[in-house]
Amino acid sequence: MSDADHSYNFAYLDEQTKRMIRRAILKAVAIPGYQVPFGGREMPMPHGWGTGGIQVTASIIGPDDVLKVIDQGADDTTNAVSIRRFFAKTAGVATTTRTEEASLIQTRHRIPEKPLKAGQILVYQVPIPEPLRWLEPRETETRKMHALSEYGVMHVRLYEDIATHGRIATAYDYPVQVNDRYIMRPSPIPKFDNPKMDMNPALQLFGAGREKRIYAVPPYTKVKSLDFEDHPFEVQSWTQCCALCGAKDSFLDEIITSDQGDRMFVCSDSDYCQDRQAAGQRREAAE
Amino acid sequence: MYVSVKGGERAIEAAHALLAEERRGDPQIRELTLPQIDQQLSLAVDRVMSEGALYDRELAALAIKQARGDLIEAIFLLRAYRTTLPRLATSLPVDTARMAVRRCISATFKDIPGGQVLGPTFDYTHRLLDFSLCETKAMQQEQIAPQGEPRATAPMPPVTQLLNAEGLLEVESPGDETAPIGDLTREPMTFPTERDVRLQALARGDEGFLLALGYSTQRGYGRNHPFAGEIRMGAVTVEVQPDELPFAVEIGEIAVTECQMVNQFKGSKTTPPQFTRGYGLTFGHGERKAMAMALVDRALRCRELDEEVDSPAQDEEFVLYHCDNLEASGFVQHLKLPHYVDFQSELVMLRAMRAERAGQ
Repeated sequence: MSDADHSYNFAYLDEQTKRMIRRAILKAVAIPGYQVPFGGREMPMPHGWGTGGIQVTASIIGPDDVLKVIDQGADDTTNAVSIRRFFAKTAGVATTTRTEEASLIQTRHRIPEKPLKAGQILVYQVPIPEPLRWLEPRETETRKMHALSEYGVMHVRLYEDIATHGRIATAYDYPVQVNDRYIMRPSPIPKFDNPKMDMNPALQLFGAGREKRIYAVPPYTKVKSLDFEDHPFEVQSWTQCCALCGAKDSFLDEIITSDQGDRMFVCSDSDYCQDRQAAGQRREAAE
Repeated sequence: MYVSVKGGERAIEAAHALLAEERRGDPQIRELTLPQIDQQLSLAVDRVMSEGALYDRELAALAIKQARGDLIEAIFLLRAYRTTLPRLATSLPVDTARMAVRRCISATFKDIPGGQVLGPTFDYTHRLLDFSLCETKAMQQEQIAPQGEPRATAPMPPVTQLLNAEGLLEVESPGDETAPIGDLTREPMTFPTERDVRLQALARGDEGFLLALGYSTQRGYGRNHPFAGEIRMGAVTVEVQPDELPFAVEIGEIAVTECQMVNQFKGSKTTPPQFTRGYGLTFGHGERKAMAMALVDRALRCRELDEEVDSPAQDEEFVLYHCDNLEASGFVQHLKLPHYVDFQSELVMLRAMRAERAGQ
């Protein structure tokens, strides 16, 4: 690509750093759901803007990759635009908004609606990697709890929710158990997306830059959202459908359209919505 | 039509253009030069170098100019640049006893070898706005004969050595000198930490955060009875020992501020009562930070000294995980980024819970 900047190394990070991060990724893949500490670097974006995901992407991206970046499901949100431009500039890779065309997808807060394929990699930006953090602020303690699979407190918390609210009152970043072993934070995706993680053919990598942790869900790995037999896990549903494409099966964002509080619901996944709109127009034209 | 998140790319470009314009300000006013910032906002440069963990006055001045004087933003710019630099060598430990001293004071002894040297300090100024600075003077008028004391030429031994002679002060053990020194910019911190990593984290840590924590120890949250044993500021030489030479080579000089805090200690089962130390060091002239750092360093040594841990300043996970202003500033400010998906999830849940309650 012509707009690539050659004053930095390919994809910004130096090769030694990439190697260190790849080693952490390999370890993470070998122990699904386990948080691997890594020597996170200072990136030219602030912590909280996706420095973990960006470091993971920078370490695995190659010149032949096709990159898609989404934030809140959309390719055109400002931070997604900024990250996509960063890689277009420092790595000169091709970018796309189409889920099926991307070999590498970096995401914040969503999993695309279209099912992923084998060979694709989904990189999540993670703010707080530790699922037990709100129950125990100390890293020394939580690492011990993971080592001993001491997850009782998490179940107690979920039970307390049911006792107080009649339901598990967690709507996003809903804890999962990976490969029947580690409890893992899926990053703040809506629980609507949790089932997509289970047995997914794509490789799922998670990067937390500020907290300096990497973890992974290898392809075709069991990912179970925590629940109880009498209170099974369930996802959000809407009575409305998408106002633009009519989808009834996608996660909907609520848009306020007037000062009177009128609102409409549209797909949060912009690529999914546009595809459906285009297909709808084709159908109309054919009729 | 639904357009609220479209056009992100154009919006970003327009925001950058506006930012550049705001940074420059009124074009009728002459533009700041880097030497002006270096010379006349030198303490800002010092702070940016310290917390940016890179000793380069010119780049720090550039960062301050680019950041419109926002020092945390300037520290960020310098740190992001620093990550891309190769590591050529590791210097030998700098010897502050051989410092070309510009300021050296002790609050524990009336007189010290070499005398108390006040140096350029705000300490005894009256904080009255000096209206004579409103006008910029012509160059010639400004040329005043240097009034300051000549630099002390003979090395001034650290005050702490005097106490050492009597065995009243704990002996600073260098530890295993062959062991590699921790570096939290390469390896993630693991707990419990050793003092090398703690001192590195504190040296890069936010001045305001350390100031408040140091202050809290003085108000009873982890009290450790500090005395400012010695504060010195001046130039030290940096030496490296190349593999192919049998001697060290001087590669330059840096200005640093060092604080040796001397703290009371009642002794433990294994140690007789003696004074203990807290240590602070910054690039340039950073006295407030160096003192706060020394207080916090001492507080964090509670485990090693068998003291009870019951205050925030003694809690190493609390202090070290929260002292970095880039991590803190980034994570606090990321709340500006869109969170509509999570918010929508909460809305759906809240509505369902309210509906259920209304139905009961």
